[in-house]
Amino acid sequence: MNILKILFKNAFRHKLRTGLTILSITIAILAFCLLRTVISAWYAGVEASSANRLVTRNAVSLIFSLPFSYKEKIRQTEGVSTVSYGNWFGGIYIDEKNFFANFAVEPKTYLDLYPEFRLSEDQKNAFLRDRRGFMAGQKLAAKYGWRLGDIVTLKGTIFPGNWEFVLRGIYKGKDDTTDESQFLFHWDYLNETLKRTAPGRADQVGFYMIGVSNPALSTQVAERVDKSFKNSIAETLTETEKAFQMGFVSMSNAIITAIRLVSLVVIVIILAVVANTMAMTSRERIGEYSIFKTLGFGGWRIAGLIFGESLVITMIGCAFGVGFTFPVADAFGHAMGTYFPVFNVDNDTLGLAVLYSFAVGILSAIIPTYRAIKIPIADGLRSIG
Amino acid sequence: MKIPFSYSLRNLWTRRLTTTLTASGMALVVFVLAAILMLAQGLQKTLVETGSYDNALVIRRSSESEVQSGVDRYQASIVESDPAVTVGKDGKRLLAKEIVVLITLPKRGTNMPSNVTIRGITEESLKLRPQVKLIRGRMPRPGSAEIVTGGSVVKRFNGTDIGESLRFGTRDWIVVGVFDAGSTGFNSEIWGDSDQLMQAFRRPVYSSVLFKLRDPGDFEALKNRVEKDPRLTLEIKRETQYYDDQSKMMAKFLRILGISLTTIFSLGAIIGAMITMYAAVANRIGEIGTLRALGFQRASILSAFLLESLLLGLAGGVAGLLCASLMQFVSISTVNFQTFSELEFTFSLNGEIVYIALIFSLIMGFVGGVLPAIRASRMNIVDALRES
Repeated sequence: MNILKILFKNAFRHKLRTGLTILSITIAILAFCLLRTVISAWYAGVEASSANRLVTRNAVSLIFSLPFSYKEKIRQTEGVSTVSYGNWFGGIYIDEKNFFANFAVEPKTYLDLYPEFRLSEDQKNAFLRDRRGFMAGQKLAAKYGWRLGDIVTLKGTIFPGNWEFVLRGIYKGKDDTTDESQFLFHWDYLNETLKRTAPGRADQVGFYMIGVSNPALSTQVAERVDKSFKNSIAETLTETEKAFQMGFVSMSNAIITAIRLVSLVVIVIILAVVANTMAMTSRERIGEYSIFKTLGFGGWRIAGLIFGESLVITMIGCAFGVGFTFPVADAFGHAMGTYFPVFNVDNDTLGLAVLYSFAVGILSAIIPTYRAIKIPIADGLRSIG
Repeated sequence: MKIPFSYSLRNLWTRRLTTTLTASGMALVVFVLAAILMLAQGLQKTLVETGSYDNALVIRRSSESEVQSGVDRYQASIVESDPAVTVGKDGKRLLAKEIVVLITLPKRGTNMPSNVTIRGITEESLKLRPQVKLIRGRMPRPGSAEIVTGGSVVKRFNGTDIGESLRFGTRDWIVVGVFDAGSTGFNSEIWGDSDQLMQAFRRPVYSSVLFKLRDPGDFEALKNRVEKDPRLTLEIKRETQYYDDQSKMMAKFLRILGISLTTIFSLGAIIGAMITMYAAVANRIGEIGTLRALGFQRASILSAFLLESLLLGLAGGVAGLLCASLMQFVSISTVNFQTFSELEFTFSLNGEIVYIALIFSLIMGFVGGVLPAIRASRMNIVDALRES
């Protein structure tokens, strides 16, 4: 108990310096936690994917579609329980800046496959009945102030023209890993319109979403599906939803790696700051340490004092940093809502923050301790700050 | 009377450990700032160099990129007959009707799939892009399932070197050549015969029409003609403009990321400088008192300490920039969100970035040093002299 008291007293002897050091650790830990959270937000799609969903798409690449006629053949494949399908619509709401995911899907089966999208029974029925209807996540609806019955127009980039939709349902996520910023509408609306305007592009599906009866057999099911379309005009590639989402993440690998590196840089920056503080503190106290030595205290006690003080400073800073992370992440998540639909601070991030702060505390104390212990008593007593 | 410059310099030198630690904190901040700005600059440079000013590119209205676009044969032929198209020496128009799609290929080493742009070309395509040079092998013969690959594709993707083959569209495509397009986006593309690719992908429409302007200054009239024509649902851009638009979102994303990150990081480094400078002042109270007693003005003390802190910042800035300039040898490859295809580009340093980084480091030094310097200058002579 006494030792803690002396550590605190020592740490706060220079209130301004210690205060500033703590502040810089707080900022750095906050930045570190936010950057790590941005990375985990990138993986949100992977985390939210379910083991009993498979995605089938054109083997050449995502921009190619599959014939609508594949639906029945996939449904008959052994191990398949539900088949839904849809297209990435890529519509723009007013301006390119207002980005959110919008899909044309077969609504009934899609909602069966995604039980995590929760919708009240009336809204669900209203959405299913209206071919021009769409449903939106509650985050998305809140962001643009949409209410049930509102008409929303999207400008098509892949499918030209202005498309009007009526908001029929607002879904809530099952928990906070669910993406609540999607825009889903009837595939039939897209297809029937295309039949009139661009018949050559009608009856094409961007992806099939497959529900499997037994998740353990999903690899076999995927192989069976791909095999049945081998050597056809549109060969398929079927993978688990997780692998499919991972494909997106791995494309921006370079950016994720860069953010990871940068989040470590901030730790090195505070290492420099704390090490500097400790170096100055111990240089000023060389005389005191020499007195301790003269009184007969061993080197390890002096080491304990310096390491302890360094840890006291870093851990206080870390506690503040972690404490501020939650409200700041919340605000950031709101501001970037549609780019990062899921923005939650996870425990690994906090664990790492504590671990790194501890490491910074230890590392910064090494050189000062070495100096304090090595200096001969007489030199120490003679030295002036 | 002014305190000599060497006073500030030698003060930093006396406390080497502290100076190094503080400056290295700032160096890291400057490094991050410069590196991210260089990345954004590199991306933009790559895409801007990709286009030529006297080429015009036609895509479907509101489609934003060649991949999303579709220009049918009828509309393409209307554009082809426009008088603004240059006619070559052989009497052929310098115009290429191309198809651009994405294919997924596994990367070398990791086997992770990524998207690669594949472009169906005609004979004129190469003439319209003088920056593209064949370095090995030969160009594909028209009407055959042969392809040539860009330099950075060969480095990064499986099955893209001469003699190897790729399978897509139910056919095998043999790589017969490798071309180098310098630091342009074409270096990350695969080229094949346009008609063959249209067949293989069952796409009866072109993606874009590219042609050389007869008179580069006459673009506005042409734009009017094409976009007002009721038979055409097309949009026309200068090639440079088109590629600039492609890089806008990503470059903006990188710049915002860079500036907001470094602002937060710099707070840490500024505090570091502040701690150092406060300690510098506290250690030298007696010295300051002596200087004042000798007749140095408050203003000279203020400027001496500020100078010390600015030097600290500058040292950090120069060190950070030196490290960042080494990044120019690194090339990075990532998916451009706008085109959704893999693009290789390098970190690129220019005068503006050097300027921003140095100014930034001086600001850090200034902000960190101003409060301690004020404290030093406001010290009472008698109190200060009594202190030690």
